[in-house]
Amino acid sequence: MMSVRPAVIDVTDLTVAYREQPVLWDIDFTVPSGVLLAIVGPNGAGKTTLIKAILGLVKPAAGNVLIAGKSYREQRRLVGYVPQRGSVDWDFPTSVLDVVMMGRYGALGWIKRPGKAERKLAREALEKVGMHDFAGRQISQLSGGQQQRVFLARALVQDAEIYFMDEPFQGVDATTERAIVALLRDLRERGKTVVVVHHDLSTVIDYFNWVTLLNVRRIAHGPVAEAFTPHNLALAYGGHVAFVPQLSQQGAA
Amino acid sequence: MERLIDLLLDYNVRNIALGSAVLGIISGALGCFAVLRRQALVGESVAHAALPGIVLAFMLLSTRAPLVLMLGAALAGWLAMLSVIAIVRLTRIKDDSAFALLLSVFFGGGLVLLTIVQKSGAASQAGLDTYLFGQAAALISEDVITMSSLGIVILTVLLLFWKEFKLLSFDRAFGGSQGFPMLALDILLTALVVMATVVGLKAVGVVLMSAMLVAPAAAARQWTDRLGLMVVLAGLFGALAGVTGAFISTLERGLSTGPAIVVCISLLAVFSLLFAPNRGLLRERLQAHQNRRRLRADLRTLQEPEV
Repeated sequence: MMSVRPAVIDVTDLTVAYREQPVLWDIDFTVPSGVLLAIVGPNGAGKTTLIKAILGLVKPAAGNVLIAGKSYREQRRLVGYVPQRGSVDWDFPTSVLDVVMMGRYGALGWIKRPGKAERKLAREALEKVGMHDFAGRQISQLSGGQQQRVFLARALVQDAEIYFMDEPFQGVDATTERAIVALLRDLRERGKTVVVVHHDLSTVIDYFNWVTLLNVRRIAHGPVAEAFTPHNLALAYGGHVAFVPQLSQQGAA
Repeated sequence: MERLIDLLLDYNVRNIALGSAVLGIISGALGCFAVLRRQALVGESVAHAALPGIVLAFMLLSTRAPLVLMLGAALAGWLAMLSVIAIVRLTRIKDDSAFALLLSVFFGGGLVLLTIVQKSGAASQAGLDTYLFGQAAALISEDVITMSSLGIVILTVLLLFWKEFKLLSFDRAFGGSQGFPMLALDILLTALVVMATVVGLKAVGVVLMSAMLVAPAAAARQWTDRLGLMVVLAGLFGALAGVTGAFISTLERGLSTGPAIVVCISLLAVFSLLFAPNRGLLRERLQAHQNRRRLRADLRTLQEPEV
């Protein structure tokens, strides 16, 4: 497309369906390297599914995903992931440091256990999100914001080039929100690409430089100044968008 | 006292003690994963569904070799699990109903088969009905060797893939994003839970076996916040209850081992739920009481009229 920098994420014709209901329909987009991209859209728009499909966690009905030109399987070392905080049981018997070290499991490979090097990396990552004092804590003792920062630290130890974060700002305190924003800026300065499922439209312009408006279909995608327009927002959120008529337009476009 | 010493020297008693200890360790350890992954119903269903497998294996192969019967049990349990998955996928029946359905159908079928075998009057069938409520006294050294060998296999696999199983249990999606085949790991871990269930069937019986998966894990969780320690503790609790229960059942003629073991482990679990230092109910109550008192005191200080 028009982007000067090479595309690190290239999605073509991606379609995902649960039973007969399509959750994502014919999604195409490319993400140039080094951008902070927000994926926004109403509930049920398929934002989480889009991330999961890119990461190979959900099997698409059709379409193709390339990460830096190759399949996700080949490139997974380049990718860091922050799932939704609510997707795990925080009463699980484990410590903060243990959870953060899970970010190294992929690099460790099968059977090998985390050791000194992994503990050191985990502590450094906890430091970055302001959680170094909590390393030994049982995870059930954390507040929502602290849980979120532990998940971010776990993604940081993955030492990835491309990060996918699912609703990291959901229900967090102001301290955590500031910590996440600082972290996003830091990642961007280091040339990383970050894709964030986001729900707060009022902060999109402040926090991100690219945006994808999603509502089953791709409504708009590009730099915030171009894509984040009232017209596109109305298309994504306003009224009940009839599905089938839009389909043929999409095909013609 | 003299009786106790006689008991300990007895060859049969050693089999009983060893067998019960092994089954306690295995079911305790694997039970932790079943409980943490909210799969307690898996153990319950596999145990009940195992009955027709045991009886069919005996009918078809006319042998009571423990490995053959265990294999029959495991196959039937596995078949029941697959049926549950198929029912949930293909129909609108939810998984708890599917589990209840399959458990009853398989167990009922097993009872019917058992009656047929008993009617046929095969002399060697006598041992089969001990599989209902368990009979540790019926454990022979062949049983114990089979149980121990399977136990070693189960624990070795558990230790080998410890990190992967932990990831699977805590955050499956994150594990998948790192390239681990989570479905394969899920199947492997479930297979281990099925094996652990099957190992204890002769001693504890199909009816009560699931308690041996759930209760030691629930008790152990009360005392620690670390997965490793929880698994070790659950194994110890399971072994303790297994051995104690087995001996109690040998003291009274006609007392099945399963109920005795389950009473022991339940006492341990109830004690842990009430009195564990961090998560015990007593401690929680005490803390809530203290908090209320402190709040009331604070409130009084605030409401005192200023002079």
